[in-house]
Amino acid sequence: MEAIYLDHAATTPVHDEVIEAMVPVYREVYGNPSSIHQYGRKARQVLDEARRKVAASIGAGEKEIIFTSGGTEADNLAIFGVTEELGEGHVVTTSIEHHAVLHAVAALEKQGFDVTYVAPEPDGAVTAEAVKEALREDTVLVSVMMVNNETGVRQPVEEIGEALKNHPAYFHSDAVQALGIENIDVRETAVDLLAFSGHKINGPKGIGFLFAREGVPLTPMTYGGEQERKRRAGTENVQAVKGLEKAMEMMEENREEHVAQYENYKKSFLSVLEEEEVSFEVNGQNTTAAIVNISFHNMDVETMLTNFDLEKVAASSGSACTAGSFEPSHVLSAMFPDDPERMRNSIRFSFGAANNETNVKEAARRVASIYRRLNK
Amino acid sequence: MKEPKDTRVVVGMSGGVDSSVAALLLKEQGYDVVGIFMKNWDDTDENGVCTATEDYEDVIRVCNQLDIPYYAVNFEKQYWDKVFTYFLDEYKAGRTPNPDVMCNKEIKFKAFLDHALSLGADYLATGHYARVRERDGRVEMLRGVDENKDQTYFLNQLDQEALTKVMFPLGDIPKPEVREIALENGLATAKKKDSTGICFIGERNFKEFLSEYLPAQPGKMETLEGETKGEHDGLMYYTLGQRQGLGIGGAGDPWFVVGKNVSENILYVGQGFDHEALYSDSLIAVDMNWTDNRVPEDSFECTAKFRYRQKDSKVTVHPLTDNRIKVVFHERERAITPGQAVVLYDNEVCLGGATIDEVEKNEEPMQHVG
Repeated sequence: MEAIYLDHAATTPVHDEVIEAMVPVYREVYGNPSSIHQYGRKARQVLDEARRKVAASIGAGEKEIIFTSGGTEADNLAIFGVTEELGEGHVVTTSIEHHAVLHAVAALEKQGFDVTYVAPEPDGAVTAEAVKEALREDTVLVSVMMVNNETGVRQPVEEIGEALKNHPAYFHSDAVQALGIENIDVRETAVDLLAFSGHKINGPKGIGFLFAREGVPLTPMTYGGEQERKRRAGTENVQAVKGLEKAMEMMEENREEHVAQYENYKKSFLSVLEEEEVSFEVNGQNTTAAIVNISFHNMDVETMLTNFDLEKVAASSGSACTAGSFEPSHVLSAMFPDDPERMRNSIRFSFGAANNETNVKEAARRVASIYRRLNK
Repeated sequence: MKEPKDTRVVVGMSGGVDSSVAALLLKEQGYDVVGIFMKNWDDTDENGVCTATEDYEDVIRVCNQLDIPYYAVNFEKQYWDKVFTYFLDEYKAGRTPNPDVMCNKEIKFKAFLDHALSLGADYLATGHYARVRERDGRVEMLRGVDENKDQTYFLNQLDQEALTKVMFPLGDIPKPEVREIALENGLATAKKKDSTGICFIGERNFKEFLSEYLPAQPGKMETLEGETKGEHDGLMYYTLGQRQGLGIGGAGDPWFVVGKNVSENILYVGQGFDHEALYSDSLIAVDMNWTDNRVPEDSFECTAKFRYRQKDSKVTVHPLTDNRIKVVFHERERAITPGQAVVLYDNEVCLGGATIDEVEKNEEPMQHVG
């Protein structure tokens, strides 16, 4: 039985071209970019070129890009970076953020910051109005993700950015799930900070970056050398940066085509489920092409995911089932506070480079057959 | 009969050495092995540390060594409803329950077995020391070859529904050899200490644990003749035949618990290990399970165990109505305890078991036993 990967929102396969771009850097460019000799310069060259290209692909300036170890570090650097010096104030975020944001904000709360968590509508999105209403005079930071990682629901980041133009608060957005699917241009969107990850776009793990608009003061979270313009100490992960550059380049070239493909996959997947008379509902509206979150009636996440895996379909749920403890998804809990069933029976499928029309349909048929067996 | 490679066996893995070796042996025999960790109890402490998390880590490490898939499943609610509630109710009634027997009956070989079957499993395997054998279209449960570790006492409630679908890969192996196999194969759990006691209490103090759930009602400690000998901390903390913790000094033989009066909250004590009040000659037990699903019509002789790791005693069994049995001892028995299991054997074969309800002497219930 062929294994089918439908968990691209968790991570993606690395493109061959990305690997090929990294190998010579591993082999030949082993210098430290901070060194003054030719080895160092060579590495610095790789870094500079990547920074230029990565910046250009989101319409940013080179100085506005800080390479990090990934999305989580980028989120953390943004959130702590702009609040560290203040020590107090008000923060607005949503109750459906990734834990990289939620747990960071919770740490701010412990430090004495006041936090407002804006709840989503049942369609999975917060409204710009609700975010606006949460603003106070002493609001120092607003953090709203671009695309929710569990449901794929787009959040009104542009509108919120507009609303914040006349407010001194910094606006941060976790753009990890948006990259590669949505059009991201910092010249058009009024954000101050955007967090990205390499491994969600077929790049290597261990690399990501933060866009910090010029003039946004960032206190570093790590202390050491003067890398990344003193905002992120530590020798740069040159090889991974090269891989990220290549992944970004390929993403830009193919993004529109991929989005169209993923939309089709999603349609095919859902229509097979319908044909096979699976009783389900899609969680959330206005979702991004690559993600669909499905509530299966009369089912249970644990049993379903185990069965999917045994039938070689890889998917996941926002609910954590660590060591058998069921922790319902905070996203679905926020969307459907009165529907505990839905938190227990929802699964995320996410499409990407490992898919084609045939294996997506085959996966849907396996899902349907498991559903029928369990629903007997 | 399917080939091993086409036979899916779900192994209930606890993160201990026994279930690890059970999985290893099945994998070596070529089965399609799936490891599943069952979480029945949450003991997360104030530091966020939970033994289940640690144990599951061990399951993951072993399964990765064996290259088999692993998952976890939660039965906390079922465990609470079917096992823990029963456990507390029995203590409230002044009896000494056996939660492991109930856990095997309601959770491991029912809820968990159903879960395994829902994953397309042909069999459920565990690291219990017991054996199964097919005979005349039925499956018999036999004692494990390691007499010291035999666990059929705890498995007495298994019937054909369960036995036809279980595998006990360790039943033929002495425990020391199981450890050796684990060591030879470098299993991550090879040197892990065996768990002791009741799973949800673990290493904690039993008295303290129980007091968190049941209000302790101290009361009088008396001899059967009505002489007050002191105070007890709550009847639930004492079991029949117990010597420790009575705190009665003075001359003569040591003192033992010989009975309980639940309605008046009195603990009866008597002097001497062989106190007459501890001895009985028959018992009535309820919820009898016959492992082969057939209720015998006539009385018969066999052997029985009244507690774990006790030697077998010769008995005559009389099947009664309503799933009850009367067990008559060929020689009188000391400290037969209501709430514990009586398990019947025909040589190596475990015939089934029941819960001791009444203890009798000269055909009369011994009222002081409670």
